[in-house]
Amino acid sequence: MSEQGINVQKVAKLARLQLTQDEAARYADQLGNVLKYVDMLGQVETSNVEPLAHPHEVTNVLRDDERKESLPRDAALSNAPKTDGKYFLVPPILDTDA
Amino acid sequence: MQYEVVVGLEVHVQLLTKSKIFCGCANKFNPDNPNTQTCPVCLGLPGSLPVLNAEAFRLSCITAMALNCEIARFTKWDRKQYYYPDLPKGYQISQYDLPFSEHGWIEAQVEDGPVRKIRILRAHLEEDAGKNIHDESGRGGDSKVDLNRAGTPLLEIVSQPDIRSAAEAKACLEELHLLLTFLGVSDCNMQEGSLRCDANVNLHIQTESGDKVATPIVEIKNLNTFRGVEAAIEVEVKRQLEEFKKTGRKLGDPGVEKETRGWDAERNTTFAQRGKEEAADYRYFPDPDLVPVVVSEEQLTEWRTFVCESPSRRRRRFQEAGLSAYDAEVIVNQGREFADYYERVADAIGDAKQAANWATQDVLRTLNDKQQTIDDFALSSDVLAALLKRIVDGDITVKSGRELFAALIEEADDGQAAAASRIDELIEERGLKVVNDTGALDAAIDAALAESPQAVEDFRNGKQQAVGAVIGKVMKSLKGADPKQVRERIIEKLSG
Repeated sequence: MSEQGINVQKVAKLARLQLTQDEAARYADQLGNVLKYVDMLGQVETSNVEPLAHPHEVTNVLRDDERKESLPRDAALSNAPKTDGKYFLVPPILDTDA
Repeated sequence: MQYEVVVGLEVHVQLLTKSKIFCGCANKFNPDNPNTQTCPVCLGLPGSLPVLNAEAFRLSCITAMALNCEIARFTKWDRKQYYYPDLPKGYQISQYDLPFSEHGWIEAQVEDGPVRKIRILRAHLEEDAGKNIHDESGRGGDSKVDLNRAGTPLLEIVSQPDIRSAAEAKACLEELHLLLTFLGVSDCNMQEGSLRCDANVNLHIQTESGDKVATPIVEIKNLNTFRGVEAAIEVEVKRQLEEFKKTGRKLGDPGVEKETRGWDAERNTTFAQRGKEEAADYRYFPDPDLVPVVVSEEQLTEWRTFVCESPSRRRRRFQEAGLSAYDAEVIVNQGREFADYYERVADAIGDAKQAANWATQDVLRTLNDKQQTIDDFALSSDVLAALLKRIVDGDITVKSGRELFAALIEEADDGQAAAASRIDELIEERGLKVVNDTGALDAAIDAALAESPQAVEDFRNGKQQAVGAVIGKVMKSLKGADPKQVRERIIEKLSG
């Protein structure tokens, strides 16, 4: 992927970030470098390599269907910037937001 | 303008497990106690590690088998990234390119129309999101987020666009609902959101110039009643037709994207929501926290034993046993327990039609009157079978059978559990045994004639209907007698 291929504003929108023009230009540059670096993988001959679903060879790690104690509500809400003691509170969600 | 309606359904089913899909929090609908069923895993706290619930995977595979899907031997988990307050991690754990099952089908039938196969594209397992509660005062207050639901095991079933009408979409969802309740993999409570449906709708239009064009695809979200599915698609079809006549916009035109619309049941209309994010926008990638699942032949064999006969196969089998299509449908559509009940009775008495008559009329009427399910019904299948056996064997008349049926239920209401042994006692007490003994019949008729000199005289004077009073008397003393036989015998005696 080339540097010009990055649509920083689109990526920012998907991440719900509002960027200034300066920031957008800076991130386009930085992300472009990252992608260029990763692009080096494209030079590796992989035609005889099976696609990898997971870096570990382990499969089938499952647990039995058993209930465990949940967190007390106070603890669950303790990291939230805003709560009413029962719910997490977030700014109103608008249809156009997504 | 000639057009064809093209619909595909995406159905989300919450699975009936004790705990959530990737953690041990309770999987329980509990909106009155928000945020009491969470832990570091379903809150998406850093350093927590999800582990797959084996039961969620087993229930999913059983369902997919019942939908005639192929189960993948190797399946993996992917992260679907999007930002919404009900999704604490910023991604949903789902399945992208290697779902655990694909290529199935389900049958759907609209009233007397043909049974049609609706292909299933895939079924995959994922986690449910939490629930947002928006401020509806219009003052733009904060939205509330309850994460009790976050991490509920959710089976997503995606059909091919094989559905050709709003009514067929409803029939397909109803059949799926029935199958899921037969399997017992979900409580399918639509009011509580255990079964939710989205519909992809567009039209294939034959234009006057003979071209075939398709209208842009619209996804209608959150159809949570059967009637809602049908009504929303009907309304959307009309809207797309009007829109096409006005603008001529079609699928594949530059700038035409898949659109998401909501359904407003009160106003009977669909309304525009956000533009559908393209799949690439979700930036799926394999979840490094979860290892793939490999399914063995032994597991498949074991799980297959939990796949029950599907409702459609059962209807067919009932019809082969002699039931009408209508009776078979009424019985099967009551649910698995009712169909099992009917079948136990039918097998015990060896008369499918008689059992079906009673199941669809007397039993169903009683259940409706008493607002009961078959599990609460006063007469067990053994008792009803014992009763019907007496009718089939000619020991009592159908009319007497009805009297006994009502008597047994009445006694059960008074606290005396209905038992098969009670049937013989009641037949005896009420004199309901069919009288084949002509001596007893003659004696009863002679007695009745002796008590009714006026009727006898009236009859001899040519008043045929006068025998009615005598028949009544005989039937009162010999309830098991056949009224037709009684009538003939009386006339014989009086004319002799």
